[in-house]
Amino acid sequence: MLDIVLKIALIGFSLSSVIILIRVIKGPSTPDRIVALDAMGINLAAITGITSMIFHTKAFLDVILLFGILSFIGTVAFSKFLQKGEIIEYERRS
Amino acid sequence: MSVLHLVIVAPLLLAFLVPFLHKRFQSFHTGWFVLLLPAALFIYFFQLIPAMKNQGTIQETANWIPSLGINFTAYVDGLGLLFALLITGIGSLVVLYSIFYLSKEKENLGTFYVYLLMFMGAMLGVVLSDNLIVLYAFWELTSFSSFLLIGFWFERERSRYGAQKSMLITVFGGLAMLGGFLLLHVMTGSFSVREIISMASEISSEPLFIAALVLVLLGAFTKSAQFPFHIWLPDAMEAPTPVSAYLHSATMVKAGIYMVARMSPIFAEQGTWFWLVSGIGILTLLWGSFNAVKQTDLKAILAFSTVSQLGLIMSLLGVGSAALHFKELDNNIYMAAVVAAVFHLINHATFKGSLFMVAGIVDHETGTRDIRRLGGLMQVMPITFTIALIGSFSMAGLPPFNGFLSKEMFLESMVYLLSLNIFQMNTWGVLFPVLAWIASVFTFIYSMILIFKTFAGKYKPKKLPQKPHEAPIGMLISPIILATLVIGFGLFPNVLSNSIIEPAAASIMPGLIDAGQAFDVHFSLWHGFSPALFMTIGVVLIGILLYITLPKWKKIYEILPKQFTLNHMYNSGLIRTETGSNKATNLYMTGSIRTYMIYIFVGLIGILGFSIFTKDAFAIDTSNVASIGLYEIVLALIIVVASLTILMAKSRLTSIVALGAIGYTVALFFVLFRAPDLVLTQLVIETVSVALFLLCFYHLPKMSRKEERIKFKLTNAVVAAGVGIVVTLIALSAYSTKIFDSIAQYYIENTAEKAGGGNMVNVILVDFRGFDTMFEIAVLGIAALGIYGMVRLRLSGRKTE
Repeated sequence: MLDIVLKIALIGFSLSSVIILIRVIKGPSTPDRIVALDAMGINLAAITGITSMIFHTKAFLDVILLFGILSFIGTVAFSKFLQKGEIIEYERRS
Repeated sequence: MSVLHLVIVAPLLLAFLVPFLHKRFQSFHTGWFVLLLPAALFIYFFQLIPAMKNQGTIQETANWIPSLGINFTAYVDGLGLLFALLITGIGSLVVLYSIFYLSKEKENLGTFYVYLLMFMGAMLGVVLSDNLIVLYAFWELTSFSSFLLIGFWFERERSRYGAQKSMLITVFGGLAMLGGFLLLHVMTGSFSVREIISMASEISSEPLFIAALVLVLLGAFTKSAQFPFHIWLPDAMEAPTPVSAYLHSATMVKAGIYMVARMSPIFAEQGTWFWLVSGIGILTLLWGSFNAVKQTDLKAILAFSTVSQLGLIMSLLGVGSAALHFKELDNNIYMAAVVAAVFHLINHATFKGSLFMVAGIVDHETGTRDIRRLGGLMQVMPITFTIALIGSFSMAGLPPFNGFLSKEMFLESMVYLLSLNIFQMNTWGVLFPVLAWIASVFTFIYSMILIFKTFAGKYKPKKLPQKPHEAPIGMLISPIILATLVIGFGLFPNVLSNSIIEPAAASIMPGLIDAGQAFDVHFSLWHGFSPALFMTIGVVLIGILLYITLPKWKKIYEILPKQFTLNHMYNSGLIRTETGSNKATNLYMTGSIRTYMIYIFVGLIGILGFSIFTKDAFAIDTSNVASIGLYEIVLALIIVVASLTILMAKSRLTSIVALGAIGYTVALFFVLFRAPDLVLTQLVIETVSVALFLLCFYHLPKMSRKEERIKFKLTNAVVAAGVGIVVTLIALSAYSTKIFDSIAQYYIENTAEKAGGGNMVNVILVDFRGFDTMFEIAVLGIAALGIYGMVRLRLSGRKTE
């Protein structure tokens, strides 16, 4: 029973990933794409979680955490880039 | 190392000392030190004559590379001794002449004598080596030292041109000869000339035999300036005159003759050898003598005359080779041809050496070698004139000089060819005496030009750059000795016959003498009214007639257009090779990396596709394929869509994002295929590299940031599709034809037990196969340092900023 539910959820997340991918590709603006990517990252974290439940393994729990961290860092970096034009600010030595 | 080895390498050893002597004893002319060596060597070789007379040979071996059968075997027989005597004898005379010819102050004498001694040692090595590889080494050393000597006055453009030309041609021939030697080794398993000779009859039917024959002959013909390779010799006349006298008349050009004589017992069983050697020889004889008549430079006349005389000797050797083929001939005239060849070899060395020295004296004392400016030097330089007269008349083949005898024997052999029905001689054989006779007429004409245009006629002091006077006695000694020999050998030819010529002829034609045949060389100045005598009389009469009417028929030399001369062909060939290879290289080396990538990929498709096709390697086997789940299909579709997006994307940013999407999907694949460590790494790396791509994107110059699609190119599409298909096919076949089980079972069993770990991937990385990890760490370290270096070090840009 649980297995079927998990598979349905997996298919649902996959479909939502595909839909998000369309937004990433079409975009019209860059922020659209960045938000889509962020959502995709969380989506992937969810997919990984469900998959590890299907596989009955704890090995992928690190991956879920990593997805969270990376999509956060990535989104912040992109936003900073859009805002200021550079990600790491530093003063040029003359 | 024996005395004989020491004798051969002595000139090379002295060459090392010469620069020190030159520096230490500035007041002496360096040539005096050098002179002692060839004179001593000559005496050493001279006392070997009695031993040779009794068919004795001397052989000494010094190991060099015994495992390859390459040993420095010095071998002296009649032929080798004859050449050694020529080399050392004329070598001493040339050194003596050069002492007076080359100025102590103006010339770089140290270098000159180093080169000359190098050449002398190399030449001795060529004629006294029994091992083919050693012989080849010395052979190339003669080419090389000749190159140095021709280019001795390297500040002159013509010298450099002549040196390059002779180098290219002789080295081409030398390499061909090496090929011939190696083929001989393949057939016989030996590098020793004598051993190969003993196997000669066994190898003559081998398929490689003809190839070896042609290659060895190519080497001999280029070295001996045979048609059409003779073109380097006239240009080598830019060398100092002692060099021309020594190398380009007496010794080096005869290395090819030596090679033909030495190889005759091996190859002469074949008709090909007979036709090639005697045919090319007679052609060279005619062409050289014909061209010598039109030259206006003394040394150029002598150069073409050398070419033609070498052709004469070569054709005699070719005719003589028939002796080996038709041993049953009782009245062995072919032996006479070999004797004539050896005799003329000696005669040519004497009179040509003296004539070159005469040309050098005329040049030295008048400042020019142009016969149009010379004339009437008879009264001014009587001794030089006498020497020149003796030399020229001997060259023309007039009695009582030695040239007469060898020319008679030559014509006799040629006439005799007619009466025999060998090698289908009856069809083309008639050409031999006719060509030989015509060539003799031309030889007569240019010999007369040489002597009378220079020394007779009107004395034109105003045209000469210097006030002419007789040469110093030192310069005259060598040509006088040579001229004396010319007369001496002419009047008493039998001095040579048994002592030198017979052993030499015996080593060219081994096996014929031992058969009990009485082979006694005998010359006589008067041998009755033979056809050859009438031919000589005809030569003289027609020659005088043609010489007198020379201005009238000289126009025939302009008939041949310039494009068809061999020199023009050589020059334009050289230029065409250069421009052609330049064009060919520019054609494919476009400098664009896309083109090179296409080459690489097309090569990949070609090689892999070809081998799959020819080996019938494609196989598909679905028996151990896992079942495909829905999830994998979805992920694969995402990757396909993202890849297509990269290709179709209008902006680069979209491509970068799509690339990131592919990376993350791959990470998901890793999840699906249960590789948690890979997932972690893949995710982090993908994030970092996408960030780096964005960095690159942001710093693109504004000008080129135009947003446009990748242009569609059919070639690229085809190549890309080809690579994809080929790699897919290989992957499918490789998976379908798995032969061995995986070795993974070992790791599964031993990860916890032997390595004490739970994570198998990590245990493999740091324990079972930690070596790879170490060097991947090194790779990352190098990459980091490289990036740091590229960012920080801006050596070239520093000034402009």
